[in-house]
Amino acid sequence: MNIYDLIFYLFAALTLISAFFVVTNKNIVHSAFYLLFTFFGVAGIYVLLGADFVAIVQLIVYVGGILILLLFGVMLTNKITNVEIKTGTINIFSATIGVGLFAGVLLAAVLYAPWKVTLLQEPVSTTGILGNLLMNEYVLVFELLGIILLIALIGAASIARR
Amino acid sequence: MLEQYIPIFLVITIALIFAVVTVFASKIFGPQRPNKSKISTYESGMQPIGTTNERVSIKYYLVAMLFIIFDLEVIFIYPWAVQFKKLFGELGISVFVSMFIFLVVLELGYLYAYKKGGFKWD
Repeated sequence: MNIYDLIFYLFAALTLISAFFVVTNKNIVHSAFYLLFTFFGVAGIYVLLGADFVAIVQLIVYVGGILILLLFGVMLTNKITNVEIKTGTINIFSATIGVGLFAGVLLAAVLYAPWKVTLLQEPVSTTGILGNLLMNEYVLVFELLGIILLIALIGAASIARR
Repeated sequence: MLEQYIPIFLVITIALIFAVVTVFASKIFGPQRPNKSKISTYESGMQPIGTTNERVSIKYYLVAMLFIIFDLEVIFIYPWAVQFKKLFGELGISVFVSMFIFLVVLELGYLYAYKKGGFKWD
């Protein structure tokens, strides 16, 4: 086990443990704060995979933006911090079937996915490659992205300012 | 290239250790003589009013939403800007045009939010 593996397991443990606390915590604001560590751990794993641009976007957008939005969403809602969030089991039979099916799908995806195994190579900076792809093959997708962002913008403005 | 991240990793680790150690050290070594005004919530020197579970205005949400959308816009400009010189040599003016269309589409949304009064704080 080299230092790379050690750091990988560190980030993986951070992600999993904080995700566990997000789900099990009774206080929804605390859950939102634990989500910060989950996002951060995922960013660390992106760095280890050599996806530097995605890692920075993860930090800027998820940690810096989505989480703030989530917290505002919690704070907008009246008395949500006092609500007793039920973490008990309600419908054991249907829940077991649902969770079992989902776990089966996930397990099948892990087992049958064609994992690409490559030789250990030096990862290069991906920002320039991404710029090339966005302007050549995926230029239409890029413009569509603009339209999706426009829809989100108009939706937010029209809902908040009725 | 992963070696480049060692300084960042070190900074994060040291910051974490420093924060945890200082908090716990003051808890362990510091004298603790609490009284009612010491343990009450600090509200800029005023007497604390109400609870922290107040509802915030929807205006904050709108500002946060606008922030994220323009944040994403800038993120998509970034790889384009990094490769602009090379792409301009290969593809010519169309590199500029495709980014221009992207920005115009988003500025339409900006104008809509502006007309709706999304930037007003009343």
